[in-house]
Amino acid sequence: MLRNLLGRQNRTLWFWVFVGPFAIGLGLFTYVPLAWSLYLSFFDAHNTVTPHDFVGFGNYTALLRDGDFTGSLGTFVVFSAFIVPATFVLSLALALAINRLRFAQAFFRSVFFLPTACSYVVAALIWKLSIFNGVRFGLANTVLGWFGGDDVAWLSSTSPPWYWLVIVTVRLWLQAGFYMVLFLAGLQRIPAPLYEAAAVDGARPGWQTFRHITFPALRATSVAVVLLLVINAFQSFDEFYNLLSSSRGYPPYARPPLVYLYYTALGQGQNLGYGSAGAMLLALLIAVVTVVQARWFGLGKKED
Amino acid sequence: MPTVRTRRQPGGGRSPHLAQDGLARAGRALRLVLLIALAVVFLVPFYLLVRNGLATEREITAPNWRFFPERLHWEHIGELFRDPNVPMAHSLLNSAVIAVLTTAGTVLLASLAGYGLARIPYRHANKVFYAILGTLMVPAAVTFVPSFVLVSSLGWISTLRGLIVPTVFSAFACLIFRQFFAGFPRELEDAARVDGLGYWRTYWRVVAPNSRPVFAAVSTIVFVGAWNAFLWPLVIGQDREAWTVQVALSTFTTAQTVNLHELFVAAAVSILPLLVVFLFLQRYLVAGVERSGIDD
Repeated sequence: MLRNLLGRQNRTLWFWVFVGPFAIGLGLFTYVPLAWSLYLSFFDAHNTVTPHDFVGFGNYTALLRDGDFTGSLGTFVVFSAFIVPATFVLSLALALAINRLRFAQAFFRSVFFLPTACSYVVAALIWKLSIFNGVRFGLANTVLGWFGGDDVAWLSSTSPPWYWLVIVTVRLWLQAGFYMVLFLAGLQRIPAPLYEAAAVDGARPGWQTFRHITFPALRATSVAVVLLLVINAFQSFDEFYNLLSSSRGYPPYARPPLVYLYYTALGQGQNLGYGSAGAMLLALLIAVVTVVQARWFGLGKKED
Repeated sequence: MPTVRTRRQPGGGRSPHLAQDGLARAGRALRLVLLIALAVVFLVPFYLLVRNGLATEREITAPNWRFFPERLHWEHIGELFRDPNVPMAHSLLNSAVIAVLTTAGTVLLASLAGYGLARIPYRHANKVFYAILGTLMVPAAVTFVPSFVLVSSLGWISTLRGLIVPTVFSAFACLIFRQFFAGFPRELEDAARVDGLGYWRTYWRVVAPNSRPVFAAVSTIVFVGAWNAFLWPLVIGQDREAWTVQVALSTFTTAQTVNLHELFVAAAVSILPLLVVFLFLQRYLVAGVERSGIDD
């Protein structure tokens, strides 16, 4: 009896020895800031984290009326409308092509995966100052010139908004290899007998097999990829900041939510109450979108 | 299991084998050509890094494109490190210290927690697990304002502490370890138990040494992420002394106060450590990516 009790206590003790440091730290650096921020969001807190001016939901109503805030959500929608399908199609196509190669598989996988090692800062630097710099010696304009085209000011032209091409391609280059690896892993999990059975049934290799065998079998991977792509697009900051901000500041267009928050909460005003309210709204939005997406795709239900 | 529907094509499979073979071969050749073309496109940015970094300013800005500079100016690397206006050595050191400590801290904390959650029976283990899972719903980037508030009130702005400590509690890494340890063969642990080892020593002597691949996978992916991180170092590392290499590069990219060749050679130097990681640890990186996509 006593031994039993002690044994159980020991287990509890050991559980906390293993899990405690991590759980406490995670709580301290996730739940505490969130709670504090929730508190701040009800105050007028300029340059202070211990405010006194209670404003109730004032920050929230102001945010919802703030065209810059709602505009940043619109920017995210536009951005993900480009980047999510583009990455999905390219990474899936690469995975399919590489999976069926009979040689040099590892070589091609490495080449497309290589940009994963590059930072958004370095990629943005190359895109901004060498490929799409908008002057004669930029690579994009050089290539255009070979075909008789005129120079395009890629990043500073708003009509047409060429800057989207720059922003989308930099992320596409950086992340396509990452998702290609996910798809390759998914492809390798498809049991070979499935294809054999399909071949016996007369399915021709190519589109038919892909449409009826491969793509349905990749469902779990596809769902995970879409979720990750949307969440990551929502959090985009690095490439926007590094491509568009200059010594003159950040242009008034192409501000996704995090760029908006960055300039609101940490910019000159350091309006932490307002910024916190914005963070709360974004966190809420992400939670809702995640739950809706999970319901939509029927996540949580085991696939079998 | 998805239902398999296939249709029999009328007349399908009746075409002469030779023609089909020829078609298949042409398809394969086309696919290969496309892959090679795409591979070249994917390598262009790396080529630009080297070309611009080792060319003279005049060659970079020449109106006619030159594929390679007349001479590769390797001395640009030395000049970069001697330029007093660019804190290259210092920011590289900051990045190295931060990336190494972040990786070590993350892996240590997350692996212990993952093992505890997977293997030590405890009445409230599920509640703890869901509390950890819940933080995944709140992406770190959305908490950057609240976290900034906390870190600044701790007085940790522009300190290594502020740059490292808040980032080492990774729910994502914890989940990977938990999943891995849940599938760890119990017989090995039982053998250790018979030998009289408790949880702690079983973990360090039996479980951890036999789990090297998962440690390597998580380490490489965390290291790459820490080296390339930008938003948090930008917000917290405000003083020049606390700049990581990404923040330093970004400052000069957006301000454009230094020469192009210098900026490009700096960018090339900044990705060297990761190219080394990539060359030697790629299979672990791939394994880490694969694990990160599995969500159940």
